[in-house]
Order: sequence, then structure tokens, then C-alpha cells
Amino acid sequence: MAANATISEASERLLDALRAVLSDRQLVSADEIEERIRVADTASPAQGARMVARAWTDPEFRDLLLRDGTRAAEAMGITMRGMPPLGVLANTPDTHHLIVCTLCSCYPKAVLGYPPFWYKSASYRARAVRDPRGTIAEWGTVLPEHMRIRVVDSTADYRWMVLPMRPAGTDGWDQERLAGLVREGDMIGVTVPRAE
Amino acid sequence: MIFGPGEPVRVVDDWPETRGPAHIRTPHYVRGRSGRVVRVLGWFPNPSDIAFGRHAPIRTLYHVAFPQRPIWNEGREGDEILIEIFEHWLEPEAG
Repeated sequence: MAANATISEASERLLDALRAVLSDRQLVSADEIEERIRVADTASPAQGARMVARAWTDPEFRDLLLRDGTRAAEAMGITMRGMPPLGVLANTPDTHHLIVCTLCSCYPKAVLGYPPFWYKSASYRARAVRDPRGTIAEWGTVLPEHMRIRVVDSTADYRWMVLPMRPAGTDGWDQERLAGLVREGDMIGVTVPRAE
Repeated sequence: MIFGPGEPVRVVDDWPETRGPAHIRTPHYVRGRSGRVVRVLGWFPNPSDIAFGRHAPIRTLYHVAFPQRPIWNEGREGDEILIEIFEHWLEPEAG
């Protein structure tokens, strides 16, 4: 325990020193660091789910979401300052999207929070791009015969999120109820939302 | 070189990592492969330079779709891989 306390104390001192240098050189202010910590801690798949539910019920918002994900997220009160641009790709009856980052672990953290553990695994990254149908079958997702799959390898400056199709049996549901059925995997593309 | 949506392109068959330290955002499996521009995503400083603290010129970033099957020799006809690729990794492809 004493060793841990020493390490913790040393880390704190190192962090304080780093903050002081960043602040002195006017690279990052203490307020900006606090804001970023707050944003990182509050981001969760619930935010993405709210965006999806709104897109299902509000055609204008859906257009904005697909045209400019960053602005759409901001319109929902999500802080996007300093974040990479957000791109949103809509699943349709013809096309299913699956997001992966084969080079590292790019993920739309601003709207979905931290990625699930498997998203960063070497096996998901290798398999999703080569055998997407086999990969999502492990989540029980089997696409209709005619539907093509589009694997989105997130390799550069964008972060990608899937807008799933609104499931049958949800007529008349309000946004809150709709948001409640959208899961993290639905916005990565390993699963699709279901109403039951 | 500026490409428009729908234009056929080929990824340059280049392997900078064989010549020394390199930061590359173009996956190995599409080098030398043919695809089609889906959209222009925007303009960003070249990450290959940022990674080494060099001056990073602004480059056009494209979303490019590649048919799945020719790349892996497996998969289903019509399935695609959609990738962000910077302009200096793309060359025009006839037809």
C-alpha cells in the first residue's frame, strides 16, 4: 500500500507540473482541461441513442445528422469543441454499416463515450473488415439475403456512428421511449435495434 | 488532383514503412487496390507529418469505397469497405 501511495503522489506531482507548463505556455488552460474531463466523464451511448431517436421522429434533424453530425450533436447540447468531426451513416433496407478502426481504436467518444472492450481488440479489428457477416453473427445479427454490408474502416480524421433503422412495432412511440431501445452496438453496427 | 464523387481511383501501391519510420493512415490491405470516391470529407493537416512534429500541409480527405471480394478473395458480391484516404494516396483509375 505504501508503494501505491508513493506512486500516486508522484503521479499527482507530475500531473500538476504538466498542467502548469501547459498553462504557462498558453497551450491548454486549466478550464479547458476541466471541461474536457467533464465531457469525457458524461459521454455515454445514451447520448447517441437520443440522437438516433430524434432522427427517427424529426426528418429535419435526420437530414442535419447525416449531413453534419457535429452540428447535429451540438444541437442536442453535446459539447463537440475540440473533437474530431462526426460522420453519421444511415442503415437502409439495402445497406447495413459496420464501424471498425483497423489501424488503432478511433471511436466517436463525444457521442458514445468510451468504446466497449472488444472494439479495441485485435480480433474484432482484424475480423470485422474481412468477415463482417461472420463477426456480427456472433452478436446474433443476421442480415437479410439481399442486404449488402458496408464496413467503415475509421482510418483518419472523422469519427463514425451508424444511424440504425427504426424497428417495426414502434409506431407512436415518443423519443424517450425510442431512445431506450437503442444500444451501443446498434450505433457501431454489430446489432440492430428491436422493439420486443 | 481533385476527384469527384463516383470517380474511379486507385490507391498508390507504396510501402513507406519499408523505408524507415512512418505514420500511415492508409491500411495495408487497400494499397494498390481500386475503388470509387463516395464523397469529399474535407481538408485536414497531413497526419503523416503531424506524427513527427513536421510542418503538415493541408490535404483533401476522401471517402473511398472498395469492393470487398477482390481484397480478401472471400465475402459476398456487393459488400464494400468504406475508408478515409488522403489525396496523396490516390491516383486516377481508367474506367
